[in-house]
Amino acid sequence: MNVDFSNPNFLPWLIPVGPLLAFLIITLATNRSKLVPATSPEYGGHHPDYNGMRVPVVSDAGRLLSIVVGMIGILAAWVISLTVIGHALQAEHFGEEVFASSLTWMNTGLTEFRMGVLVDPLTTVMLFMVPLACTMIFIYSIGYMAHDPRQARFFSLISLFAGAMLTLVVADNLLLLFVGWEVMGLCSYLLIGFWFEKESAYKAAIKAFTTTRVADVIMLLGIAYLYMQTGTLSFRDIVYNGAVLEQLAATPAIIFTSLSAAGLIGIFLIIGTIGKSAQFPLHVWLPDAMEGPTPVSAMIHAAAMVSAGIYAIIRMYPLFAAGADPSHGILNAPLTLMAIVGAFTALFAATIAVAQNDVKRVLAFSTISQLGFMMAALGIGAYVAAAFHLITHAFFKALLFMASGSVIHGMEHGEHHVHAHAHGKAGHGAHADEHAHDAEVHPISAHTAEHGGHAGAHEEEPHDAGIGDQRDTTPGHAPAFDPQDMMNMGGLRKTMPVTFITFLLGGLSLAGLPLLTAGFWSKDEILAGAFYGAFTENFLGAYAIVFICLVLAATLTAFYTMRQIGLTFWGDARTHEAQHASLGKGIIPIAMTTPLIILAFFAVTAGFVGVPDDFPILGSLFSPEYNWFHHFIGPTLIEEPVSHAFNWIPVLFGSAAAIIGIYFGWRLYWREPLKAGQIDPLVRMLGPLHATLRNRYYIDELYQSVFVRPAQAFARVTSDFVDRGIIDGILALVARIFTWIGDFFKNLNNWLIDGVGDGVAELILAFGVWFRRLQTGRVQQYILLAAAAAILIGLIFAVSTGLLRAAGG
Amino acid sequence: MIEPFAFPVLSTIVFVPIIAAVIILFLDREKKDLIRGVAITAAFIVFALALAIFLSFMNGAEAQAAAQQAILDNAADTGDARLTATRMFEDGLAFVEDVSWVESLGIRYRVGVDGLNAPMILLTGMVSVAGVLVSWRIEDRTKEFMAFFLLLVAGVLGVFLAMDMFLLFFFYELSIFPMYLLIATWGWVQTREYAAMKLTLYILVGSVVALVGVIAMVVTASNFFAGEGATVFEAAKAAGILPQGAGTFSFDMTQLMLAAENGAFNIPILGDVSFARVWFPFVFLGFAVLAGVFPFHNWSPDGHVAAPTAVSMIHAGVLMKLGAYAALRAGVQLLPDGAQVHLPWIVFLTLINVVYGAFIAFRQRDFKYVIGFSSVSHMGLVSMGFATMNLTGMTGAGLQMFSHGAMTALFFGCVGMVYDRAHTRDIPSLGGFAKVMPWVAIAFIVGGLTSMGMPGFSGFVAEFPIFVGMFQASPAIGLEIGSFILENYYSIIVILAALGIVITAAYVLRVTGQVFFGEFDRTRFPDVDDITVRERFVLVFLGSPLVILGLAPWLMAPMIENGVRPVLAILGVN
Repeated sequence: MNVDFSNPNFLPWLIPVGPLLAFLIITLATNRSKLVPATSPEYGGHHPDYNGMRVPVVSDAGRLLSIVVGMIGILAAWVISLTVIGHALQAEHFGEEVFASSLTWMNTGLTEFRMGVLVDPLTTVMLFMVPLACTMIFIYSIGYMAHDPRQARFFSLISLFAGAMLTLVVADNLLLLFVGWEVMGLCSYLLIGFWFEKESAYKAAIKAFTTTRVADVIMLLGIAYLYMQTGTLSFRDIVYNGAVLEQLAATPAIIFTSLSAAGLIGIFLIIGTIGKSAQFPLHVWLPDAMEGPTPVSAMIHAAAMVSAGIYAIIRMYPLFAAGADPSHGILNAPLTLMAIVGAFTALFAATIAVAQNDVKRVLAFSTISQLGFMMAALGIGAYVAAAFHLITHAFFKALLFMASGSVIHGMEHGEHHVHAHAHGKAGHGAHADEHAHDAEVHPISAHTAEHGGHAGAHEEEPHDAGIGDQRDTTPGHAPAFDPQDMMNMGGLRKTMPVTFITFLLGGLSLAGLPLLTAGFWSKDEILAGAFYGAFTENFLGAYAIVFICLVLAATLTAFYTMRQIGLTFWGDARTHEAQHASLGKGIIPIAMTTPLIILAFFAVTAGFVGVPDDFPILGSLFSPEYNWFHHFIGPTLIEEPVSHAFNWIPVLFGSAAAIIGIYFGWRLYWREPLKAGQIDPLVRMLGPLHATLRNRYYIDELYQSVFVRPAQAFARVTSDFVDRGIIDGILALVARIFTWIGDFFKNLNNWLIDGVGDGVAELILAFGVWFRRLQTGRVQQYILLAAAAAILIGLIFAVSTGLLRAAGG
Repeated sequence: MIEPFAFPVLSTIVFVPIIAAVIILFLDREKKDLIRGVAITAAFIVFALALAIFLSFMNGAEAQAAAQQAILDNAADTGDARLTATRMFEDGLAFVEDVSWVESLGIRYRVGVDGLNAPMILLTGMVSVAGVLVSWRIEDRTKEFMAFFLLLVAGVLGVFLAMDMFLLFFFYELSIFPMYLLIATWGWVQTREYAAMKLTLYILVGSVVALVGVIAMVVTASNFFAGEGATVFEAAKAAGILPQGAGTFSFDMTQLMLAAENGAFNIPILGDVSFARVWFPFVFLGFAVLAGVFPFHNWSPDGHVAAPTAVSMIHAGVLMKLGAYAALRAGVQLLPDGAQVHLPWIVFLTLINVVYGAFIAFRQRDFKYVIGFSSVSHMGLVSMGFATMNLTGMTGAGLQMFSHGAMTALFFGCVGMVYDRAHTRDIPSLGGFAKVMPWVAIAFIVGGLTSMGMPGFSGFVAEFPIFVGMFQASPAIGLEIGSFILENYYSIIVILAALGIVITAAYVLRVTGQVFFGEFDRTRFPDVDDITVRERFVLVFLGSPLVILGLAPWLMAPMIENGVRPVLAILGVN
């Protein structure tokens, strides 16, 4: 095999290489960091507990190196991806023909496992989205992490994250996909727990890892079973091969024999996706995952991790659909599972998002809900629509997360401002320069510390009339300012205009503002697919459930998005911190806002590639010949997915959902913006339901009492009762019995054996005493005795000889 | 094929540590650095030779596989004599040294390497080097410690290399004696005597039970060869599988395998139950005690915890593999008929091992007990791989033996390094150690990722074949319980076992979080400092194979397959 990297068959190998190399270089080159006292501002000053201990902080050179290397890595991946995309757009019959190459991974002479890369239309589209979003996230991180003492570590890990995602995208087989999948899981663990001094951060990391791990292991079983059934894990060999699929659909499964082998494998793989893409009931880790730095949230929620789950299903779609025909109303078990789980999750998560006050938490539930849309779309056979929504969602969700990161950053800036101000008033005049430097020292302190030190300052701080104190005053905790609580915000549009406008564009796209935004077009296509199945063809059933749930979810989506933007940016500032919120000056705000602007562009326009060609007016404008996206993605499958004729009804439903949601959001939160100290009108309107929603239907608590505690109790029982009690108990009993037997023999020994032994000895002694008397010293007596003895011996000899003769005959 | 070296490499590898131990005994006890120098030199020689052997197997794997295939294709059987499996086994052996030892009892000094034990030798070499290095600071009776440690290494190597059952037992017992002394003398004061005694008794009882079984096998085989199997015996001699001068009474593994292949152990001895079926549980479980199979596992965590770090490393890293290895060699390979009947229920024990060990590990507060029980859990996967009785699963088991050996040695190294400095192993009272001991934290995470089967680490390339093997085995294996036949249950067992691995993730992360993350309390641990260069070397030395094997399983998997294939041939699976 001649490896030639100018050939598009080999070029994809290089895509993940850049970030992976960056990971290695940063990790190896920047570990020689300097040591500073833990209380030094360079370390963020957030660890007074280290008692003057010196802690490693990456040097400025290392910091710069990490940024440069990380950026080069991801840019290289982006450029190569664009080259591959260029080749793909020019290729003829692309889909039937693909770019692929592979090498032997495990060659044992008789069996062979190959690892390779594959670029087909689906991969091409992902290669457009993933490196672009990653690059934006990287640029943003330069600003966001600028003063974190572990910025180098951050860049090394996020490079690994990006490398793993790109590996997953270009993988040509399920095992390599799984490798990328798991490495991402690991990165999410390390990055969610990035500020590991904070207990909540590492707990969230463990939660994310273990929850997705449960699903991953089941997915691995699915992979193992698939491998055992087909002897290959290559995508092309399985999903582009009708014979294999038919055989899988015809073979009964190894357990649950009412399913086919394909069905069981499908369900196993779907469970993997339910974990990775945070679908009900394994969604609990995603909202907690925002404990990580915000760029990580953007990475997890948009560009990488959760998208990977959906991507894996899209990748293997024919396997799930084996034996079913969704366009004729025939669903099988995996498809039904996806449709129901997706539809339910979409609605369920949207209701929770309505009642959240944390700016990132709203987005987290929104992600869960939007992924539900994609899942449901896949369940009813809307394959292209799911891929389309995956792409548009990645753009606007990456945008929204980074914009909310800017908001948090701005709020922390404001908090620091207030803090410094209070100090100034209290007489610490020397802090005058802190004002100028505040943008440079604060992020880590605000993110990670429990703010114990700050709290005192806040207490003293005089409050202006009209600005209330919304701080969380949970008993047992020092009152801490929460820069992520939307109740503390308001009016940010004034000081952070770029963030506001980009957030608004992203939010409208998420809400699906008709005709103008990307979110509308992709969501519309999903609704059209569901409507077509449910009501045009009258399959009803799962199709109808999907349609109804998604329309309701879309309405709620528009509502909570408007609520979020209203609470955050509209009206007047509700706290001093919000009043002073800004991104500061210099390179940092530029690094942070540029990606927002670029992503906002895609959040609006990305939808125009997939406008249905028969859509009135716009269809002829954007899709003069055919729906480009549908036409391009279609050949990924052997049987191209059907496209349905245009229908007004789903479009009207979709548009109405968006407009109604936006209207109510506007009415409640924009027309009369919340004042400081005012309670969220939803609390009054929803009554007790609000508490349920805010507490996420108490599912975390439920899992705690249904799974976690029983598992711990079971572990306690096995450990203390079975292992230490029964097994060691039996051992102890055996030992006891042996001891008894031993004691018995010991006593027996003392009494009988030793008795005999000692008795013999004593007998001999007594004999000796008696015998000694013979030794008198008189010669005559000796002679007499000798003669007697001689006679006796002679007698015995004679008698015994005679006896022996007689006996011997 | 694999070219022999110019010198008897296997004897060198076994006797270098013994000679070094003897030299150490003659050194001045105050010259501790000299003693350490001798010990580390011996360990490095063992490692280097083991690596050389391993590399020649790596390079020869493809040729060996082809040769095995050739033997299978033109079956070597002549007349009634079935020779194929034995020939494959004999053909796969390299570096064989064969000297008569006790002529009248048919006992030989016969050592050899095949694809199964080559990785084990390498593992032993690695763990010996690491063990000597982590024991560098032992000041209490350094001389005796090092001498016993080397003796232990020699014993372990001997068991892996022995191709004569008597020799195998000889080395087996030889390794228990220094083990006892090492734990009882240098172990953790609170439990060392109890643990050393518990361990020794468990292992001795197990080995005695197995020994009785093996002697019965030898006698049965001898009667067979003297009687109805005489033609087989002659045919094997003619085919060059057995040496011309071989007597019928012999402990030689090849000869016993020949007897097994020709049905010598299928004679009924208890009603209509055959010899193999009666004796298999005794022989297999007798050795598997040392592999920590449920419910005979309890010596292991106690022993690991009480032992000094280096001994825990050898103990969990190598000794438990010894049990599994001997169970495979003496149990499955020599009593295939018994294996087919008994492994289908023994698989339940292995499932219990996996899940139960993980749960108990989850519960522990003592850092070292967590690792101890995790070994119980992981060794369950090895036995489970054996129970698949197919190529994929058994290869996975072989990979898991190596992977778990290096991983658990790494774990114990990490725990020892923390304990040496913090003087406590109570998990809740530790915390934030990543800050002071970043190398240990990274090494522990690498080990942890291996243990939870993360792709890119060796645990994954071991577990995945075991899972595939279990699925493959599922339709073929049934378990008769009275008149009821349990079918297709392997697939359910593998699902449950896989969920056990989730618990692994939970406890590994919990321990990592509590010990290495969170707040570091300087007032509580005033003199905890970073590890030395020597200790870093140990961590890198033990950690790198986990990554290398994880990324490049083709370095080891083919030779293990070659080692497994004769076993499968005698099981009648191809």
